[in-house]
Amino acid sequence: MALDSKIPKGPIKDKWTDYKNHIDLVNPANKRNIDVIVVGTGLAGGSAAATLAELGYNVKAFCFQDSPRRAHSIAAQGGINAAKNYQGDGDSTYRLFYDTVKGGDYRSREANVYRLAEVSANIIDQCVAQGVPFAREYGGLLDNRSFGGVLVSRTFYAAGQTGQQLLLGAYSAMNRQIGRGKIKMYNRHEMLDVVKVDGKARGIITRNLITGEIERHSAHAVVLGTGGYGNVFFLSTNAMGSNVTAAWKAHKRGAYFANPCYTQIHPTCIPVSGDHQSKLTLMSESLRNDGRIWVPKKMEDVEAIRNKTLKPKDIAEEDRDYYLERRYPAFGNLVPRDVASRAAKERCDAGYGVNATGEAVFLDFASAIIRYGKEQATVRHLDVNDAALVKKLGQEVVKNKYGNLFQMYEKIVDQDPYNTPMMIYPAVHYTMGGIWVDYNLMTTVPGLYAIGEANFSDHGANRLGASALMQGLADGYFVLPYTIGDYLSNDIRTGPISTDTREFEDAEAEVRKNIDHLINNNGTHSVDYFHKRLGKIMWNKCGMARNAEDLKSAISEISQLRAEFWKDVRVPGTENEFNEELAKAGRVADFLELGELFAKDALQREESAGGHFREEYQTPEGEAMRRKEFQYVSAWEYKGEPKDAILHKEELAYENIEVKERSYK
Amino acid sequence: MNLTLKIWRQANANDKGKMVDYKISDISPDMSFLEMLDVLNNELIEKGEQPVAFDHDCREGICGSCSLYINGEAHGPDRGVTTCQLHMRMFKDGDTITIEPFRATAFPVIKDLIVDRTSFDRIQHAGGFISVNTSGNTIDANAIPVNKHNADDAFSAATCIGCGACVASCKNSSAMLFVGAKVSQFALLPQGQVEATDRVLNMVKQMDEEGFGNCTNTGACEVECPKGISLENIARMNREYLKASLKG
Repeated sequence: MALDSKIPKGPIKDKWTDYKNHIDLVNPANKRNIDVIVVGTGLAGGSAAATLAELGYNVKAFCFQDSPRRAHSIAAQGGINAAKNYQGDGDSTYRLFYDTVKGGDYRSREANVYRLAEVSANIIDQCVAQGVPFAREYGGLLDNRSFGGVLVSRTFYAAGQTGQQLLLGAYSAMNRQIGRGKIKMYNRHEMLDVVKVDGKARGIITRNLITGEIERHSAHAVVLGTGGYGNVFFLSTNAMGSNVTAAWKAHKRGAYFANPCYTQIHPTCIPVSGDHQSKLTLMSESLRNDGRIWVPKKMEDVEAIRNKTLKPKDIAEEDRDYYLERRYPAFGNLVPRDVASRAAKERCDAGYGVNATGEAVFLDFASAIIRYGKEQATVRHLDVNDAALVKKLGQEVVKNKYGNLFQMYEKIVDQDPYNTPMMIYPAVHYTMGGIWVDYNLMTTVPGLYAIGEANFSDHGANRLGASALMQGLADGYFVLPYTIGDYLSNDIRTGPISTDTREFEDAEAEVRKNIDHLINNNGTHSVDYFHKRLGKIMWNKCGMARNAEDLKSAISEISQLRAEFWKDVRVPGTENEFNEELAKAGRVADFLELGELFAKDALQREESAGGHFREEYQTPEGEAMRRKEFQYVSAWEYKGEPKDAILHKEELAYENIEVKERSYK
Repeated sequence: MNLTLKIWRQANANDKGKMVDYKISDISPDMSFLEMLDVLNNELIEKGEQPVAFDHDCREGICGSCSLYINGEAHGPDRGVTTCQLHMRMFKDGDTITIEPFRATAFPVIKDLIVDRTSFDRIQHAGGFISVNTSGNTIDANAIPVNKHNADDAFSAATCIGCGACVASCKNSSAMLFVGAKVSQFALLPQGQVEATDRVLNMVKQMDEEGFGNCTNTGACEVECPKGISLENIARMNREYLKASLKG
């Protein structure tokens, strides 16, 4: 099947408006006869479910958590971008579009990104109207801060809990519709398959995680807002339950999977402390507004710090290597995430890592504390030369800005970041790849949509900070509700979709067969045993730097591990009860397939772009080297084993931006 | 560290349930409490026994999934943290640790340490929102200035993670801190004023119907709240409720 991205004709700034003016609409009386399934209740799924219900469709929403409010969007910290230009610092729709395409290393689709930038301002209006308590200035207006890869302040925030506040906003919009009976909410339900009837997505099979019951649900369209697949690495900043299963089942039913190798490794996370570790914790990028990243210049200082004979704050200024400021003077500590992560790896690989494992760099607030302290002392007419006072005042300012993050760090690491620099290291955080969608956000399966992190469309090879929340809400509130109507306008005469059909029976039988196998396998090792091994292969061979040899060996190792898993995994208990191990086993089985496709995609892409860094393709200074011949989206079609997947290419055209070497110097 | 764990085991909602003892060894003080339970569960699975079921997801203290009543305290002995952020350095070698679910009439046990907290969701369905359409056709965000002090207080109230520690800690199993926080968030913002009367009446009514108890001002909820939600929110809700009741 040839890929048709269905980008509307016309100048980029008019595409979305023209598109909206010419789509088919469904009248309100007919909307009452149409059912839509939304899987996932994060920012994308939650906002979509609320909006579709408000428009009049009958929505069934599903999440595996015990409440829609707990979807992992809740953990997003730093902020949300919007081209409001409230600061008057030169921001505009075009500039947000430009920054996002450049930040994505020219591997995203222009028309989608422009639309995202266009609707971004509406998101802020919408959220404020819903009662989302964004940070404000003393005059009562909204405050902004800066994020990586941009030269303006366009990030709106609610302390370090922006994702929480936005998700609670979407959840409150859902609650309103649940209360009105327009959304039927299914908590603790996991989607285990998509059901296609006459080639169209017409329903899903779910498992009730409390009773184990397998259920059939039908609808006229199915929307997946099921997030990313970072947990294929086992250790990531994702929640424990975040998984690829819904997306992968959709892939197996005909949805192409795009750019699986584009993974964001976030530069500022708390380093791994030992083998017991179950997840990694992010320290928001917003910290790079004020924190400075460094390692010692001299190897003897590195060793002294590791042996704890020297404290980091006792290293003289001239003996510190603020390597981001040194290498990228224009953007300094606010370079994009892929660049910052690789730079940290470069210093640690050269032996300058500052913790026992050699995999950590410092994130230091000492100079910000002094700068803010002096500012406060001046404002309050106090003595700016009183070092103790300045430090105290500065710490108060930093606490107001980042208090919850500092507290989180202190609880995990048992060190006080107000008095000693934080130690950080990159960790898997977000996946730019995902299900391929066209301009309508529809997958290659008619009637099956993918929104938010689950799709691939807006971030190219690297996502800029504070853009995930923007995309999730843009898709759910403002894009999908239009595009899905165009499709559903053909379904006004269809009537209810029956679940008593051969297609539903077959899909259910397959789900049951899989579960029976896992329960009756009687192997010797737990699910985690296999998941951790998969994670090690992924991190070592498909992580921050990749090469052909490692990728080839990753492919064969993952394929072997998958065979071993099916032979030797042990799932205790039965299928008819709450059984977390069974749920995990199904998820890891899918990660074991996705992982191989990931490595295959990374091997095929013989260039470096954004989060995908191939050692063979770098500039003499060690920067990523893009190659013109790879200016396309890789969309993989399922054909059985991951090794048999077929590549389809969507060529990317840049008509409104000049493709240049991406420089932050 | 070597520890003895006394853990509540209950196969399902209808099972009677009992405390069961487990020994666990080689626990690192840098582990989180839930990572310690992961170690136990891995041992149980490889021995062919049923692992201990507990709710958890983000493991960074924000999703509100994890619960656990540890040595008689919701989220255990540390302050200002959820169970997933509690570290084993808070315990000593040789300790015995008692682990129970959050107990309340409105939080029935599903399995072992997992309880059903959907009563919290139902309270929010009754009024935990501002009735504004999600069309994006609202006024410009900066057309609604909000006094910074009120905005900050609304934010503090809104940081509630809905874990239910307040209910588990209260001798009356009252949900007043949870509901008070939500009512306060909207009461402090101009956008929330229009529906203020119905909101507080409807949410309190649903809270009562779910079987939560009343507040007798002992303040245990505030002490155990991992997010430091203040008792002021209960007082504010009571004022809102009184105001709404007088309006009829």
